[in-house]
Amino acid sequence: MSDLVRDEGGVLTAPHVLEYPYRRSVGPVLGRFFTALRDGRLVGVKTAKGRVLVPPAEYDPETGAAVSDAFVDVGPGGVVTTWSWVSRPRAKQPLDRPFAWALIRLDGADTAMLHAVDAGEPSRMKTGMRVVPRWRAERVGHIGDIECFQPEGE
Amino acid sequence: MADEAKPVTNIKTPMRLEYRYSAGVATSRFLRGIGQGKILGQRCPSCRKVYVPPRGSCPRCAVPTVEEVELSDEGTITTFAIVRVPSENIDVPLPFASVHVLLDGCDIPFFSVVQECPVDQIRIGMRVQAVWVPKEELTSTLQSIRYFKPTGEPDVPFEKLKEFL
Repeated sequence: MSDLVRDEGGVLTAPHVLEYPYRRSVGPVLGRFFTALRDGRLVGVKTAKGRVLVPPAEYDPETGAAVSDAFVDVGPGGVVTTWSWVSRPRAKQPLDRPFAWALIRLDGADTAMLHAVDAGEPSRMKTGMRVVPRWRAERVGHIGDIECFQPEGE
Repeated sequence: MADEAKPVTNIKTPMRLEYRYSAGVATSRFLRGIGQGKILGQRCPSCRKVYVPPRGSCPRCAVPTVEEVELSDEGTITTFAIVRVPSENIDVPLPFASVHVLLDGCDIPFFSVVQECPVDQIRIGMRVQAVWVPKEELTSTLQSIRYFKPTGEPDVPFEKLKEFL
């Protein structure tokens, strides 16, 4: 019997991996966001009403109108607006130890974006806490260029 | 690097799903048969059709299929596609024919590939036979059937196959 095949109570089982190696076009607005990440910066885009969307979107989610072409620097620090603790991280998640998924409103932004917070334990997480990004030394223009956020002052 | 000055236009977003596939009772019997160099199907007690690989029930009659039938490893190509694009998990040299083979004594085609034949000679109705791995290398996986090759027998006329296309 092949070493991948197992007999589980008379029924044979085997690993089955489904993998799609996608590459996705990001468009002009998110392209600015990812290009800034590669440079170690965070940017948002202004809507016609002057709200700052981070990550930037091509259309204002409130009105459906196209956003302006005004990109502004935001962060790097921000505020956790809500969070959820991951006690057993999966293989492809950003950290290999327990962490929080958090919505983070960066300084100067009017919307929050999702990222991981490396807080060590859930008792150190609080809505309203301040966090700062931990940048990777090697950046490629991907959300993973920020390894995670961490509590400010650490 | 020159690339660093260029704006980012796309990102990698791979998807990977890791399953453990359970073959179920009927297909496990079939796979154990493959491990002994035999192709085992099941016959429906109601419509008498023979299915391979068996799934344990008849999709038309919705009744369990319990009667086991040992099938020939020879059959007839009912349809095919020529594959010219490489894929990570296929180690057959390109181009090759991906085929449906209607095994003798069976009522549903079986999926495999054809080798030992130029792809421009593959045709519906062509008679083929399974090429197995050596007996000591048989496992209860479909890798035990390496491919099908032409037998050289006369083609089966379309009229006899049209029900299975």
